[in-house]
Amino acid sequence: MSDSITLTIDDVAVTVPKGTVVVDAAKLINNDIPVFCYHPKMKPVGMCRMCLVEIGMPVRDRETRELITDDEGNPKINFGPVLLTGCTVQAAEGMVVRTNSSVVTDTRDDILEFLLTSHPLDCPICDKGGECSLQNLTMNFGPGTSRFDYNDKKKQDKHVPLGDLIYLDRERCIQCARCTRFQSEIVDDPVITFHNRGRSLEIVTMSEPGFDSYWSGNTTDICPVGALTTADFRFGARPWELTQVASICPHCPVGCNTTMSTRVEAKSGGRTVIKRIMPRQNESVNEIWICDKGRFVHHFADSPERLKHPMVREEGELVEATWEKALDLVAGRLKMFKSSTAGLAGGRLSNEDLYQFQKVFGQGLESKNIDLFPQRMAGGDIVAQAGITSGSNLKELGLGDAILVVASDLHEEAPVWWLRVKQAVERGVALTVLNLRSTRLDKYAKHIIQFNPGEAPSTVHKMLNAVKVNSGSSSSDVIHAAADSLIEANNLVIFYGAEGLTYDETDIVVRMLANLLLVKRGGRVKDTYHAGRVNNGLIAVWSQANTQGAWDMGVRPDLGPGYQVQSDRGMDAESILSSARDGEIKSLYMVGVDPVGDGNLAGRGALDFLVVQDLFLTESAKVADVVLPAQSWAEREGTFTNGERRVQRFYPAIAPVGKSRADWLILAQLGERLGLGRPPFAASILFKEIADQVAQYSGMDYRSLAQSEEQWPKVGGDDLYYGGTAYRNQSGLGQQWPAEAESREITLYDIPEITESISDKFVVVPIQSLYRKGTLIDQSNLIDNRVHRPTLMINIDDARGRGIVDGDVVVVENGKFQIEVQAEVNGQARSGIALLRGTGSISGPIRLKLVSKGQ
Amino acid sequence: MAHILLRHRDVKNIHQFKVYEANGGYEGLKKALRDFEPQEVIDIVKKSNIRGRGGAGFPAGVKWGFIPKSEGRKYVVVNADESEAGTFKDRELLENNPHQVIEGALLCAYAIGAQTIYIYFRGEFMHTAETFEAALKDAYSNNALGANIFGSEFSCDFYSHYGAGAYICGEETALLESLEGQLGQPRIRPPFPAIEGLYSKPTVVNNVETLANVPPVIINGPDWYLNIGTAQSPGPKIACLSGHINQPGNYEVPMGTPYRELVFDEKYGGGIPGGKAFKALLPSGGSAPIIVEEALDAPLTFEGLAEYGSLLGSASLIAMDETVDMVWAAMRIVHFFRHESCGKCTPCREGTFWLEKIYIRLLDGRGTEQDIKVLESVAHQMQGRCLCALGEFATSPVLSTIKYFPEEYRAKLNGHPATVLRESEWNIEKVKA
Amino acid sequence: MLSEKYSDEIKAILEKYPEKRSAVLPLMYLAQEAYGYLSREAMVDVANNIGIDPTEVLSLAGFYTLFYEEPVGKYVLEICNDLPCALRGADEFVDMACEKLGIGVGETTPDGLFSLKTVMCLAACDKAPMLQVNLKYEEELDEEKFDALISRLRTASDEDGSQHFGVEAFKRSLK
Repeated sequence: MSDSITLTIDDVAVTVPKGTVVVDAAKLINNDIPVFCYHPKMKPVGMCRMCLVEIGMPVRDRETRELITDDEGNPKINFGPVLLTGCTVQAAEGMVVRTNSSVVTDTRDDILEFLLTSHPLDCPICDKGGECSLQNLTMNFGPGTSRFDYNDKKKQDKHVPLGDLIYLDRERCIQCARCTRFQSEIVDDPVITFHNRGRSLEIVTMSEPGFDSYWSGNTTDICPVGALTTADFRFGARPWELTQVASICPHCPVGCNTTMSTRVEAKSGGRTVIKRIMPRQNESVNEIWICDKGRFVHHFADSPERLKHPMVREEGELVEATWEKALDLVAGRLKMFKSSTAGLAGGRLSNEDLYQFQKVFGQGLESKNIDLFPQRMAGGDIVAQAGITSGSNLKELGLGDAILVVASDLHEEAPVWWLRVKQAVERGVALTVLNLRSTRLDKYAKHIIQFNPGEAPSTVHKMLNAVKVNSGSSSSDVIHAAADSLIEANNLVIFYGAEGLTYDETDIVVRMLANLLLVKRGGRVKDTYHAGRVNNGLIAVWSQANTQGAWDMGVRPDLGPGYQVQSDRGMDAESILSSARDGEIKSLYMVGVDPVGDGNLAGRGALDFLVVQDLFLTESAKVADVVLPAQSWAEREGTFTNGERRVQRFYPAIAPVGKSRADWLILAQLGERLGLGRPPFAASILFKEIADQVAQYSGMDYRSLAQSEEQWPKVGGDDLYYGGTAYRNQSGLGQQWPAEAESREITLYDIPEITESISDKFVVVPIQSLYRKGTLIDQSNLIDNRVHRPTLMINIDDARGRGIVDGDVVVVENGKFQIEVQAEVNGQARSGIALLRGTGSISGPIRLKLVSKGQ
Repeated sequence: MAHILLRHRDVKNIHQFKVYEANGGYEGLKKALRDFEPQEVIDIVKKSNIRGRGGAGFPAGVKWGFIPKSEGRKYVVVNADESEAGTFKDRELLENNPHQVIEGALLCAYAIGAQTIYIYFRGEFMHTAETFEAALKDAYSNNALGANIFGSEFSCDFYSHYGAGAYICGEETALLESLEGQLGQPRIRPPFPAIEGLYSKPTVVNNVETLANVPPVIINGPDWYLNIGTAQSPGPKIACLSGHINQPGNYEVPMGTPYRELVFDEKYGGGIPGGKAFKALLPSGGSAPIIVEEALDAPLTFEGLAEYGSLLGSASLIAMDETVDMVWAAMRIVHFFRHESCGKCTPCREGTFWLEKIYIRLLDGRGTEQDIKVLESVAHQMQGRCLCALGEFATSPVLSTIKYFPEEYRAKLNGHPATVLRESEWNIEKVKA
Repeated sequence: MLSEKYSDEIKAILEKYPEKRSAVLPLMYLAQEAYGYLSREAMVDVANNIGIDPTEVLSLAGFYTLFYEEPVGKYVLEICNDLPCALRGADEFVDMACEKLGIGVGETTPDGLFSLKTVMCLAACDKAPMLQVNLKYEEELDEEKFDALISRLRTASDEDGSQHFGVEAFKRSLK
């Protein structure tokens, strides 16, 4: 049976894969059959009836099954008595579709008239006006006058907050159910639904807080009318006033492609401001979705609290200074301390910033005391070898493939990966989840393996051994069963995180996971291993958007740019901080990190000289000698490398705040004072140097990163086949750099002897939450109500034993840091494992003291 | 003539297992289990041409034949969501002759290889279904249900399920949605329930009366059945008579009985009360076009009213005498469909709402010539565009009353309301009164 | 609360279906019985028992007419005034009932005993005027019979079961 089908639409023949519905087939030949309820990412429901078209099938002889032809020898086509919905009817061989006959255009007019009877026609004040599917379709096919008595219009509430992020205008809603279907079918958060029936159908929510979902903003993109709007954009601007600037989300390692809609506005003092952030299509990364953090947590960029000029400490006070003065001061002092200087950089920095950072240290100061902070997780070097193969797309995983997720709560750490894994499972992927507690992924997992703190390495080791001796038998033991499903898989993708693991444990675990991809036996893969083949490999769930880039650029005490192993190793982040505490190092340069605010450094420790380069006057900046104001990602250009090692460009959207400068430029100007030559003219020039020095990036430049190609489904634009307002990608799909396994054989990694570490009876495990407190989120008050306050979730028995009751403030400390959090006593936390949620950069698990301070 | 379906009218206490059995009950099932392969049962039902009594008239045997022969879970669902205005035949069967329905459903289950039967009662039947549930227990304790029925290899469970007030759940795919715990909104077809029905498994959904026809057919054979009624519409049919009629109630008649006989014959409706003149008849509750005097000689068959532009439907005859304001009557039916529209598809959701608004204006004396044109036009706009039949039904009273009683519509245009609308009729904005 | 009050019923209901979600309407009936109407608390209770989001229960409560999202009287009188009944005097009957109870359609008597609603066809058209009181049929009514019904209900004890919203059906299947 052939997998492709040829049909004729308005006399144009088109060949499509089996299963394609008529509206999609038509779109392929640029025939826009109008739709409202249909969305190419969701199952068709045929509700709105806008896509009714004439569909005919060739007539066959009942006996012979031969096609019956007319006098001219053409197949006789039988059109049924009624029109059919093009969104639900699948293309069939020989099918004939008419989309421009008078009966079809009359129908479109009729359906639009029905929809408009209840519509308020408040287009002049509607946020969707200008990019509205109903407006566009009415212009094309609708009636010019109304026969509906205006007094009969249903009056409904127009400002219904579905929670504090999304507002509903009940009058504008056309009951297409895109939003409710998105919430239940795509993201499995059915927290909005229809209430009542008939003309009284209305969208409601009962969750607490309202519309409690990390995905709520997407419903405003796919809403074909102005019924759903976001709290921060509604009545904020008209779509035609906006300039679209391509960007990359700076919040997590997924690297969602976004578009910032900006406008110059008087009320902002003539500044260009970001009016909204929306998804930009990249079917290999985020398709057309983004999470609410990516959409709403951007207001920090134009926060009044932003640092606007350099500051130096004079007579105990931080005072405004010129760049010249500040940079001269920093350069002078650093030259003095030279290699006893150390540097910490954050994973929100771009590749250009990070490259320049390591260059200042390595070449300017001859110090290798640099590291990424927080350094939660090892394995960048392993990922460079056995990481997910270039050209992979999680969307392509399906039946016969397997995914393993280790020690990560993807829904909180990298929501779009959670979504893509969930959808992969729905396509038939066998998912194994390995963690020390239950997460939202468990619901979709075929195998769930829970380990105790300290036992992650031994648990993974058991799995690795099971794979090596794969018997093919269906063992009842979950580890063996899971191992079988991994090794038998056509394709295998492994995500790993650091939840409940120490840094050293992640270092062992990642090697074993790589070995899972490198084991050459069993199953359908027989003579080869998974690594190096498309849609296979490791993905690190890094804690920040560009942690991968920091590894690539060599912001490590042991590696240079492009993973060149360094002969003498510098201090790592932990040693740097402890040396800062005891005075072993004299000066510290921090870019985009706040260890003082995180509780990892008390005051400035014993440092002689502290430089902080950041967006805000953080706790660390407050105790610094020199504070340098950096630009946010919205003000400058640069590149991030996501967890799938895709290098992606972002573009400047707004003017710099005050005198702030791009991080790379500040570092380059500092470098000039340290004898590194003139700063590059632009980020793109600096990127050329990166491409020269980092082998993995060779061949890339800003132009190649900006290349795009047409993707399916087609979204954005003003076509009538309406995929939503997510933006068409015209500014670059990025480039995924090849893992070593693609070009050479990788041998199994040596695994140190795994000893069962004796875990304490009681440990505290920091867990990630999407809305945790932090430098950026604190400046975006829109989601204040949803931010997870620092909380210790503790089992009722553990709490009782320690005299803790629900709501108590407890002090969590381990000698290096100390933090006060509220206790939440519940039965869900496992006995012996308390979960610390909503805090900043703390790695775990930690054995610590708990002191109850009462309520 | 003895009843074939309403047997309780002839045999006292036939709702009891022993009485039913003593009067030939479960003989059909026993015979099938003993003598027939499942496919043979389908063939007999096909040959007898039992057509769906829910209104659509689709041949039951053909429906059963669509079920894939493959292994795996399959379901029979008995549609007891009887909600069409003027229809009360299934309720009488369920309350009085439950075993015949159970036996019919079991024959279907045996024929298609189902192991589970659900009966979907409308929620309002919760009390009245007590007899039926007692019959189910009786059937279980007498081995007519459960494991190895009557000592055969065939095992089957039978569960009752209650809806909660929604006419649309009588539509088979909406019923399945509701049974799965979802909103009762129709599914797009294909896939048809025979391929992907309840829990996505092959499913037959049959009306109560349809299934009650099956046991006697298995016992007496298709030829016996084909001798009752007409060639295209064989068998007996229960007609429900209501409205302006002297003897309202259910009457089991052979298909082909003329409508006039049903309305006027002393055996049946016995004519119009108070010596008033007959004006019009709704032949299938609210869901088929109204007919007038000229159509009364048509036979009660699936085809009989075709030439008068109407349908047999569920054979719920609502008679109206000369005093009835036909615009008012049409409004009440439109009100029903507006109230029961699930809201899933645009033409039905918006169309029924719009139609009702115009009717209220007309009856309130605020109507215009244009309103009558718009009524017709809106009804035409709905036809052929709705997701299920409900929206199509809603157009029937509108177009048929305008066709037969245009002068009554025009009489509303002079600024004088012909009918006083009560508050209870006005209270239409809310889904729930 | 539901799981304590109706543990046997819930168990019996769940056993009927291969998928738990099918039990949601039955449990909503039980919740309506337990809480008097489908309050927010009642809907959350149902949702927890089925393992769905409370918003999904709310959705069903809004779609199906036999679920009450607002408090109702001890006896809910649902009078059919659909066309066949209306042709046989249902509208006048509704007016009479309103007058006798001193309330309008959709209202509840101040003593909380009676709520009056009009409903669509109840499949008793040959016995109009008729009504259901908490889902029990009362047919071929007139003013006299209505008076008798109301006075019987006023004096009915809580034990006679007539105050229930049909929950017997689920108890029945236990016996």
